[in-house]
Amino acid sequence: MIKKEMIAMLLAGGQGSRLGVLTADVAKPAVSFGGKYRIIDFPLSNCINSGVDTVGVLTQYQPLRLNTHIGIGIPWDLDRNVGGVSILPPYEKSTSSEWYTGTANAIYQNLRYMEQYNPDYVLILGGDHIYKMDYEVMLDFHKANNADVTLATIPVPLEEASRFGVVITDEHKKIQEFEEKPEHPRSNLASMGIYIFSWPVLREALLKLKDQPACDFGKHIIPYCHEQGKRIFAYEYNGYWKDVGTLGSYWESNMELIDLIPVFNLYEEFWKIYTKSDRIPPQYIAKDAVVDKAIIGEGCEIYGEVHNSVIGCGVTIEKGAVVRDSIIMSSTTIGAGTTVDKSIIAEGVTVGKNCELGIGEEKENKVKPSVYAFGLVTIGEDSVIPDGVKIGKNTAISGITEPADYPNGLLDGGETLIKVGDRE
Amino acid sequence: MRAIGIVLAGGNSSRMKELSNKRAIAAMPIAGSFRSIDFTLSNMSNSHIQKVAVFTQYNAKSLNEHLNSSKWWDFGRKQGGLYVFTPTTTPENSYWYRGTADAIAQNIGFLKSSHEPYVVIASGDGVYKMDYNKVLEYHIAKKADFTVVTTDMNEKDDPSRFGVISTDMDGRITSFEEKPIQAKGQQVSAGIYIVRRRLLIELIEKADQEERYDFVKDILIRYKDIKKIYAYKLDTYWSNISSVESYFRTNMDFLKPEIRDYFFKQYPDVYSKVQDLPPAKYNAGSDVRNSLVSSGCIINGQVEDSILFKEVYVGNNCVIKNSIILNDVYIGDNTHIENCIVESRDTIRANTEYIGENGQIRIVIEKNERYAL
Repeated sequence: MIKKEMIAMLLAGGQGSRLGVLTADVAKPAVSFGGKYRIIDFPLSNCINSGVDTVGVLTQYQPLRLNTHIGIGIPWDLDRNVGGVSILPPYEKSTSSEWYTGTANAIYQNLRYMEQYNPDYVLILGGDHIYKMDYEVMLDFHKANNADVTLATIPVPLEEASRFGVVITDEHKKIQEFEEKPEHPRSNLASMGIYIFSWPVLREALLKLKDQPACDFGKHIIPYCHEQGKRIFAYEYNGYWKDVGTLGSYWESNMELIDLIPVFNLYEEFWKIYTKSDRIPPQYIAKDAVVDKAIIGEGCEIYGEVHNSVIGCGVTIEKGAVVRDSIIMSSTTIGAGTTVDKSIIAEGVTVGKNCELGIGEEKENKVKPSVYAFGLVTIGEDSVIPDGVKIGKNTAISGITEPADYPNGLLDGGETLIKVGDRE
Repeated sequence: MRAIGIVLAGGNSSRMKELSNKRAIAAMPIAGSFRSIDFTLSNMSNSHIQKVAVFTQYNAKSLNEHLNSSKWWDFGRKQGGLYVFTPTTTPENSYWYRGTADAIAQNIGFLKSSHEPYVVIASGDGVYKMDYNKVLEYHIAKKADFTVVTTDMNEKDDPSRFGVISTDMDGRITSFEEKPIQAKGQQVSAGIYIVRRRLLIELIEKADQEERYDFVKDILIRYKDIKKIYAYKLDTYWSNISSVESYFRTNMDFLKPEIRDYFFKQYPDVYSKVQDLPPAKYNAGSDVRNSLVSSGCIINGQVEDSILFKEVYVGNNCVIKNSIILNDVYIGDNTHIENCIVESRDTIRANTEYIGENGQIRIVIEKNERYAL
């Protein structure tokens, strides 16, 4: 008989539209982070480090990169005879066929996947945060409280609590009330979107609410369990936890990795973060290169200058190029003599020679002011930037661009340049 | 491919001096992120050889750790796999491997139970890329009994480390001198051989009965005139690392862009065990020039014309020049290291100086207590 005490269901189907062109062709959990990782590496590594060896990854939006990254789970030791990692896309059924319409709906559509492992507990995870967490400790808390549902929560500054769903607990951490983005928060314990359910409770709730449109954990399942008088507890987590949902927070949390002793330390032997390494060779720093305050991935060739930046694997920075305060993802080339300031450049981009990125005054982005802000230049994957162009702040570029796309050789601050169409 | 692979990784060499105290040559770290056996194993995998035996004997701990899973070279298959054979005592045999031929003889069952018609034998200490299928085609076309891969020796090398070969116009080997004092020519054996499996079994069993144990001396050289032994010339990069000088030089070769391009960027790739180390980190004050840096390194000082292997920590105000720092070395502040090879897992105290003088490479072994940061 197959039996797993706790299995994990990782919701990785979201687009993460606030990351703009970075998620045009990839799901948010597959976006690179910290030079060599992808965001999903953090929850997956947490699972295996916590002893959870059965993980269902629910995919929907642009799953190709996720599928190739996860494969059969070798990098995380999730290639198992029983359990391991399974990718769970939406599928056609004889009665109905629908996409995953909400977080809980996605889990409901995979009831049979969970049933085959006879779990006692199910851990629900998202794929869009950077953190290290021992889910086993949370499970111990769940068991000690004889809980039906446990929410992971994190204390946030009270003035910021109105951005989150907060919970109000009694002295035993039993949850009394929920408040979604309250104007005047009465608690600073924010829900992290990580839940442990006792399996019968989850199963019953999913079946009961199966006809609920866009069934969601925060909006429907948890309130339902609360109404039914289930024992819901708040597990308090006090480590590093960073939402990388916006370009600003994504840029910031990458930059934090460069600090002398980073708050989020990737260099500890304990609690390693695993990833699929496509490249093994060392990086080469040339004779005239300058590198200070940076983290750099495998197989890079640095001939220019790198200051205060995060560089992915297999990046080439040509002679005379200067990269400052930027994130350059894998396999990108920065041409000779080009200056890159405060930019996020996705994978496989070619930036021409003698370009200037991130110049001039900050202007509000004309198309998506709330997405392309923070004074950043954002370039989507496999884009091409021609030689000699200048690019202002709060801009976004995607696709193979040509000199004609830059009037007077300039993409002014606040502009968006997205070339659609099939790539050859 | 219609061949099985045998990697001879048992050896030790006094020319490696203190570096071989710790590991077999096949396990020597190369080019920042690799071990020397990775090149041969990757070549075998990329040539679609599915079944590979590694014969090891001397100080095999490091090598066994490296080979703890076959998945990195894609040998973890139902058909085939990676086999590590160390000497075992049996009712018939209580010897260590008395030579390369004896190593094969003691594991003759591996050859007998295979069905592939050919065997590729290669040493584990060569740094090169090669498609063994090309050699096999040549072997078949020449109707050879043995094919020996040869290469032109680097002029800086000492011929007494190699088997020196001369051939006739057709490529058939006419003379084969093992480790001569003076070489007659530049052509040397690369330690890579192809032979029909049944012939190999026959000759190995015969040698065993005659109590001859060396593959080169007792089989190749002894049968040179009776069997048809051909030379296949390898004209791409090849280096053997079995002396401190050649080890140092081979590593430093990777500072050249054309060598990096050949090994790191061109198809096919060289594989190695993946260690999941974080990216290298450069703190304020780091000044790195013309150097290779591997993952997991943290650099605070100056590094020039050097190779840092994995997880090297370089303290503040350090100066490292023309040196190789092996895996997991901690270098305290204000230390000067020049013309050295620093052994792996060393801890170098702050304010110290290590300099290799008179063109000599100094091997540094410092087992000090390491304090956590």
